[in-house]
Amino acid sequence: MNIPEDLKYTESDEWVRVEGDTATTGVTDYAQDQLSDIVYVEYVADVGGTLAKGEAHSAVESVKAAADVYMPVGGTIEAVNEALTESPELINSDPYGQAWLVKFKISDPSELDGLMDAAAYKKYCEEREH
Amino acid sequence: MPEPLIYEISTPGRVGITLPEPDVPLAELPEGLTREELPLPELSEMDVVRHFVRLSQLNHGVDIGFYPLGSCTMKYNPKINEDVCRLPGFALTHPLQDPETAQGNLALMYALQEWLKEIGGFAGVSLQPAAGAHGELTGILIIRAYHLSRGDDHRRKILVPDSAHGTNPATTTMSGMEVIEIPSDGRGNVDLDELRKHCGEDVAGLMLTNPSTLGLFEEHVQEVVDLIHGCGGLVYGDGANMNALLGIVRPGDLGFDVLHYNLHKTFSTPHGGGGPGSGPVGAAEHLVDFLPGPVVEVLEEGSEEEPPLYGLVMPKKSIGRVKAFHGHFGVMVRAYAYLRIQGKQGLREVADYSVLNANYLRVHLRDTYKVPFDRVCMHEFVAEGRWPDAPDVHALDIAKRLMDFGFHPPTNYFPLIVPEALMIEPTETESKATLDAFIEAMETIAREARENPDVLKSAPHATPFGRLDEVRAAKQLVLCCKPLEPVDQS
Amino acid sequence: MAYIPHTEEERRQMLAAIGVEKIEDLYKDIPESVRFPDLQLPGPISEMEAMGELQALSEGNLEVSHASCFLGAGAYHHFIPSVVDHILRRNEFYTAYTPYQPEISQGTLQAIFEYQSVMCELTGMEVSNASHYDGATALAEAAIMALNHHRRKRHKVVLSPAIHPHYRQVVHTYTQGMGLTIVGEESCENGPEKLAAMLDEDTTMVAVQYPDFFGNIHDYAALAAAAAEAGALLTVVVNPLALGMLKPPGEFGADIVVGDGQPLGIPLSYGGPYLGIFTSREKYVRKMAGRIAGETVDSRGQRGFVLTLTPREQHIRRAKATSNICTNQGLMALASLVYLSVMGKQGLRKVAELCYHKAHYAASKIDALPGFQLWNKHPFFHEFVIACPGPVGEINAHLLDYDILGGYDLGQDFPELKDHMLLAVTETISIEEIEDLVEALEEVSHA
Repeated sequence: MNIPEDLKYTESDEWVRVEGDTATTGVTDYAQDQLSDIVYVEYVADVGGTLAKGEAHSAVESVKAAADVYMPVGGTIEAVNEALTESPELINSDPYGQAWLVKFKISDPSELDGLMDAAAYKKYCEEREH
Repeated sequence: MPEPLIYEISTPGRVGITLPEPDVPLAELPEGLTREELPLPELSEMDVVRHFVRLSQLNHGVDIGFYPLGSCTMKYNPKINEDVCRLPGFALTHPLQDPETAQGNLALMYALQEWLKEIGGFAGVSLQPAAGAHGELTGILIIRAYHLSRGDDHRRKILVPDSAHGTNPATTTMSGMEVIEIPSDGRGNVDLDELRKHCGEDVAGLMLTNPSTLGLFEEHVQEVVDLIHGCGGLVYGDGANMNALLGIVRPGDLGFDVLHYNLHKTFSTPHGGGGPGSGPVGAAEHLVDFLPGPVVEVLEEGSEEEPPLYGLVMPKKSIGRVKAFHGHFGVMVRAYAYLRIQGKQGLREVADYSVLNANYLRVHLRDTYKVPFDRVCMHEFVAEGRWPDAPDVHALDIAKRLMDFGFHPPTNYFPLIVPEALMIEPTETESKATLDAFIEAMETIAREARENPDVLKSAPHATPFGRLDEVRAAKQLVLCCKPLEPVDQS
Repeated sequence: MAYIPHTEEERRQMLAAIGVEKIEDLYKDIPESVRFPDLQLPGPISEMEAMGELQALSEGNLEVSHASCFLGAGAYHHFIPSVVDHILRRNEFYTAYTPYQPEISQGTLQAIFEYQSVMCELTGMEVSNASHYDGATALAEAAIMALNHHRRKRHKVVLSPAIHPHYRQVVHTYTQGMGLTIVGEESCENGPEKLAAMLDEDTTMVAVQYPDFFGNIHDYAALAAAAAEAGALLTVVVNPLALGMLKPPGEFGADIVVGDGQPLGIPLSYGGPYLGIFTSREKYVRKMAGRIAGETVDSRGQRGFVLTLTPREQHIRRAKATSNICTNQGLMALASLVYLSVMGKQGLRKVAELCYHKAHYAASKIDALPGFQLWNKHPFFHEFVIACPGPVGEINAHLLDYDILGGYDLGQDFPELKDHMLLAVTETISIEEIEDLVEALEEVSHA
């Protein structure tokens, strides 16, 4: 299970990479493994739109499941990853790199404090396996 | 071997059915409104027959072998049903013809309404909904309308157990209500403490499948119902699993306020490869006026000499029509024949033997497969399709391997609360011999999982088709075939 | 014990294996106070007796083969080739379940795929689902699809009053919890231009019928353009048999085409089971409700078919599913596929034209009768409206004496159309039957 040290994580299996006052987010390796082969990505947020923490910005579909992907913290969308419409399988092969979903400007940096670091997320994943 | 598509068999100029020439003077065709191309296939009658007969031979059906799909009740479909629904006196009646010219139909529907009321313990029944999910939508809309009629407009929550069929939460969303999921306890019941937490003034009701999708009768059903009623909510019953309850207990007597029946499960009408079904809804006294309509009522009582006069009546506070016309009448005729032949005693036997068969399988399989809620089950039970010492083998592999033994697999991956679930419902129409053969196959597969897992992972082997690539189907969407370009005949 | 194979001995063995003395012991979880109710139902009878009883019930009806049927209004008496029922009676088709295990369901799956294909060709659309319950519920689901397409940001639906009254009622029932405003049906006069004028940026869908409930064939191109401009989806409710002859809605800008497939090889059967047709442009497919079959390959390299795009459906998406539909109308979709296969390109066109010509002949003869007048001002297909000299109910009672099933009384749905009758003429009606109808009506006009 790949859990990069430099990222922060949510309980709904999103990661976020912070760069100053903007951030990039996607779904974790754990999530893509649970969903299995991703076949479709749908963006429900518009570029320029502002979403709160926990609001869905996109939905990913695999053969056997569908999941909404939520904002890890509130922000204004600056870009969505068009490449995923053509190649949704990138989420399975490169969830933290080429398969970023959305880039956004952070509304309230203090919300980042509520997220898990890599060690906490690793523990969280282990607890969930029964 | 794959069968060509009809467009691949099509040959320009071939004609199937001939029709007579018009016996009236020809009218002018409407200008600018007619189509130029009509890209339908061109086949002879024999082409059509061979094509569809060969296609049919690629299917498994109840009439071929065991089909233990949990919660689907794949019981034998009596052949008399197929003949009676085709009687011209039924098949050639128009839904809008004067009810006085359709008294036979209305008498049949009225009797069916009455019998379903009696079986379920309800004060009223509408036969209009077309399927179980359609009945669910009807039931939740009835609950909503009831609360609104009493000025209670803040009840927006529907409680749904986590073991529920997916149609339950989907129906709730369609009705404009919010789903609150209630976990199950260690014995497969609705967790009473969790339920109690959520009971409040904002709860419209609870959707309960009893027996549950685990095949277990709710051990605290009275308490569950009382809790919901206590906070002013209503209880909707998903009647998919009614096979186990016929003559055993009536949901209405347990306090259920509204329930749907599945004629294509409990009442033997065929599944048809995905319908048509029929999902009548039963309602308690306080909800009867909200039923969708029209329903059949007696307009004039009969006497020694005269039968009653039946008519179609819209219930006073009906939620409205849920379908055009009256419902799936052709399916109702089949259910009527079934009920008439079973009679009161027969229905009890249906329940008894469906429960006997399920428990027989359960006790024979529980040493080979983990049965997580191993108490007396009703008409079905759930086992886990996995073993710690065969980590690469999943429920899917077991299912595919079962096909090599001539069985349709049980339901896979449902209910969601059991990992690698195999939901097994034999029904009462299967013999002990069939069950024994199934047990043997399941035991063989359990052995193979340890000794030769590859034979499972690459199954099925003995079927016309191997495993189909579902990922490819989802990524490269090909949902239609186009007519082939005509070969230039000139 | 009907259909239950167990012998006494087998039952004993099975009870012993389970470890209980009698079957009653398996019901300990049922609350005692309500256990084993004494159901007030008739006792069992034999198959022979049941057949006699059902035969008698069926004879308590007037069947359309013993009458000349001029009644339509959404359900039509057409000729059904014998082939259709023979295929429906194949046990492998009708005793199979939904094809969730594709390896042993290729018959059903390929049939669904072929059905989807012919529906697309007939309607001019790009994708079809495996069926809906009927035309009315398909229209209701179209409204929900439009709502979801606009992500619930638009709340108005424009419905033509010339859509079948039952269909419009079902749309109201389905959407009663969704906070929608439904306009357009208030007046019979709301034709395509008036409907176009009602479109705005809050409109999610505008729906019309083709031919409409009164039989009229409208040109909806201008309405389609208006819908596109307003960003609303245009849904057209069709009679698929009429599409054997008429321009398909795909050619004039429809987004969604729904309808009822009953005219295609499905008997009247007192109202059901029928067939909900649901097709749309490809771009909306992920919002489409219902099962969809897609092409793929198997592990041996053979072409095969599977249910696909399943994450839309209730068994996966649950609360977020586009619809709750599970069982659909599989066997009826097969019926229409077989019908269209054996009728084919030539046959369907021919049936449509026979209906058209016979209906026009009947309309012109009735229009010529004093006291009766053809109401339609537009071209019509096989249904038309006649203004009558008196109540439709009385005229129909008179016609029944001649074994004629008269048309639909429009006054029951449209108060402004009191004493107006909607008549349908299909290929099953001979010129003699039309002339008998005219003669019988003539007696009314002289009364």
